Amino acid sequence: MDFGFTDEQNRFRHEVRSFLEEEIEKGHWEPACDAWIQGFNPEFTRRVAHRGWIGLTWPEEYGGQGRSHTDRLILTEEMLRFGAPAACHWFADRQVGGAILSFGSEELKREFLPRIARGEAYFGLGMSEPGAGSDLASLQTRAVEDGDYYTINGQKTWTSCAYFAHYFDVYARTDPEAPKHRGISEFIVDARSPGLSRIPMTDITGTEAWSDLFFDNVRVHKKYLIGQKDRGFYQVLHQLDYERSGMERIMGNYPLFEAVVQFSKENQLSLQPAVRSKLAQLEIEFEVGRLLGYRVTSVMEDGKTPNWESAMSKAYSTEFEKRLANVSMEILGPYGQLMSGSRLVPLRGMAPHSYLGSKGYSLQAGTTEILKNILATRGLGLPAA
Amino acid sequence: MRLALTEEQEMLKRAARDFLDDKCSKAFVRQVEDSETGFSRELWQDMAELGWMGLIVPEQYGGGGMSFLDLAVLLEEMGRSCLPGPFFSTVVLGALTILDAGSEQQKQEYLPGVVRGEKILTLALDEPGFGGYDAGSIKVEATLDGHNYCITGTKLFVPDAHIADHLLCAVRTKPENVIAALVADAGSPQISHAPLKSIGGDRLYEVVFDRLPVPETRLLGGVSQGSMVVDRIVQRAAVAKCCEMVGNIQRVLEMTVDYAKERKQFDRPIGSFQVIQHYCADMATDVDGARLSTYQAAWMLSQALPCAREVAIAKAWMGEASRRVIDLAHQIHGAIGVSMEHDLHFYTRRAKAAEIAFGDADFYREVVAREMGLW
Ligand SMILES: Cc1cc2nc3c(=O)[nH]c(=O)nc-3n(C[C@H](O)[C@H](O)[C@H](O)COP(=O)(O)OP(=O)(O)OC[C@H]3O[C@@H](n4cnc5c(N)ncnc54)[C@H](O)[C@@H]3O)c2cc1C
Repeated sequence: MDFGFTDEQNRFRHEVRSFLEEEIEKGHWEPACDAWIQGFNPEFTRRVAHRGWIGLTWPEEYGGQGRSHTDRLILTEEMLRFGAPAACHWFADRQVGGAILSFGSEELKREFLPRIARGEAYFGLGMSEPGAGSDLASLQTRAVEDGDYYTINGQKTWTSCAYFAHYFDVYARTDPEAPKHRGISEFIVDARSPGLSRIPMTDITGTEAWSDLFFDNVRVHKKYLIGQKDRGFYQVLHQLDYERSGMERIMGNYPLFEAVVQFSKENQLSLQPAVRSKLAQLEIEFEVGRLLGYRVTSVMEDGKTPNWESAMSKAYSTEFEKRLANVSMEILGPYGQLMSGSRLVPLRGMAPHSYLGSKGYSLQAGTTEILKNILATRGLGLPAA
Repeated sequence: MRLALTEEQEMLKRAARDFLDDKCSKAFVRQVEDSETGFSRELWQDMAELGWMGLIVPEQYGGGGMSFLDLAVLLEEMGRSCLPGPFFSTVVLGALTILDAGSEQQKQEYLPGVVRGEKILTLALDEPGFGGYDAGSIKVEATLDGHNYCITGTKLFVPDAHIADHLLCAVRTKPENVIAALVADAGSPQISHAPLKSIGGDRLYEVVFDRLPVPETRLLGGVSQGSMVVDRIVQRAAVAKCCEMVGNIQRVLEMTVDYAKERKQFDRPIGSFQVIQHYCADMATDVDGARLSTYQAAWMLSQALPCAREVAIAKAWMGEASRRVIDLAHQIHGAIGVSMEHDLHFYTRRAKAAEIAFGDADFYREVVAREMGLW
């Protein structure tokens, strides 16, 4: 066992950190909670791309750097520590690029990976539907073969980042006769396709977080099928293992954590045993979540796909985020209720924003219950319910 | 960074597992626990032959020269099998302290005997009314009189005092008024001990020193270093306890999952009920969090990195996580788990004792808070 980083890795962390500190110093952006999924900032994404930090682990021939998963861990950890606005490239960097790399044709790899790595192609995830949440395999959106094309009809919902995505990673049913897991395919759909329309949706924090996507005879060329026809469900399981694997699940609200600790010190609140006990408990829980996240990376470095390990880490970490928000509000007392923009608001309103937003963390990318099912059955080998 | 055991550590783990599965069945543990001394000399000798007592003692004192992290692997297996006896006292509390703070001469004097399985050591640290696990709260005095320190006072919860050859005693020296550790011979007539009956089934004693003279050459690490010596003892002991507990709760998780697969009610295994599955998932998360935070602290100790924060995190997490794991294990086992016939009680009782030993979660939350600069 080795919990340390090499000198080279430490230098890389330092390099990322200096870059981000400089960005903040120059006033390019302010650290924010949820910035990995809500921080829309194309210029930032381009600057990150310029450094070669998108698709860091992908092969060089596709615009990547062939670096290790540990390097990507370091990179994302620092991005999250500083609450950097990385939403434009996050999904593509984290999972869609990997899906193309694992399952896509050579042509798809050449068309998309270099553009993602240059920070020019943003992706959204078209999985959920009004009738298909946890039971994703029951999705109803249809894709029908039509010469060199597929014609897609149906509706996707809860699509994060849809308003700035250039493409969607869409799952649609290609064989309605087959058992439901075996008739789904994965497509790359251009967001400007004729017949594709979008209605924005506002989340509980007041942010335009998602959209509904409506597919009305949207034509997609066959070359944009990722992997094998009818294998989409198996491909998405693989992708979800990566979607759940990252440090954003424990560090999505890190700026709030840092701020509330600082605030408690400055206002001498932490001299009260009850206050510092709560903050220390958060620190303990944070550390455990960090290690569970590191373990996922360690599994990947051993050449394995994390599965129950990422389910465990995500389920644990999103519950931590809820407690962090709650403790922050408790410590702020009546000021805790003040929302961003209000007179007298402490910590830029991060606490109530996070309190509300964190209700969704344990739903997105697999609910806590689904993740515990995975951990119990695939991790511990308990019989299916 | 690689959060899996190395090949050598895997080998050590397997060898330890095989040996303990063979020699330390629950029937054996039961028998030793019920015996008068709570100790099997025969098993102790076997362990010495395997090189366990000297695992991390340097080769010049007859040991294997391995690291604290390797010892962590061994301790985990001992926790898993509920190994009874004075290994923790002798090696973690005794030998490691001498290694850490002892002079060359002291190391020569005590360590080879420990390695050969001939010497049993222990530590007298806690005192009546002793609240915290920091050196500052030690009150038992050792007064310098010529070339001897004279110890008078009562120590509590001293493990294995009845079979120990030497007692390391944490004292407040007079006239210097500093904290220090002295090595006393257990057989002296000025030491008496009385057993305490405790939840963990280990052997704890009240030890009374009545003007026990100890030569000043028996001082570990000199007067100026004393309180740091004691703080480091507590740090190592806390991590080592966590290592044992990793083995404990890992085994409890496995027993529980196995039981949930076998036990049928309503015509199906209870492990197919989602509530039970989620309990097991929660247990696994607590266990892995405990394992990772414990091994992180053990790794830092073996790298000689400052790790007050990481040790505190590991012990605080372990205290509460182990309690949750054990609670759920009992719930899932039903009535059989609360019977003495079943093996679960060995783990339950030890886990509670370990939670208390060397500081509980409240104590370490305060340490974490201090490390965060909150007070
Ligand atoms: C902030 C946010 C962002 C999102 N972004 C995207 C996105 O970009 N793209 C996308 O496609 N989707 C996205 N989603 C949707 C997300 O994937 C779904 O919310 C999720 O899959 C759960 O589906 P549901 O909301 O329909 O809940 P349901 O599946 O209806 O679940 C409701 C409740 O029932 C429980 N439940 C369901 N099945 C079981 C079971 N088998 N065992 C035990 N309990 C069960 C659930 O755990 C939950 O508690 C996002 C969601 C949120 C909150």
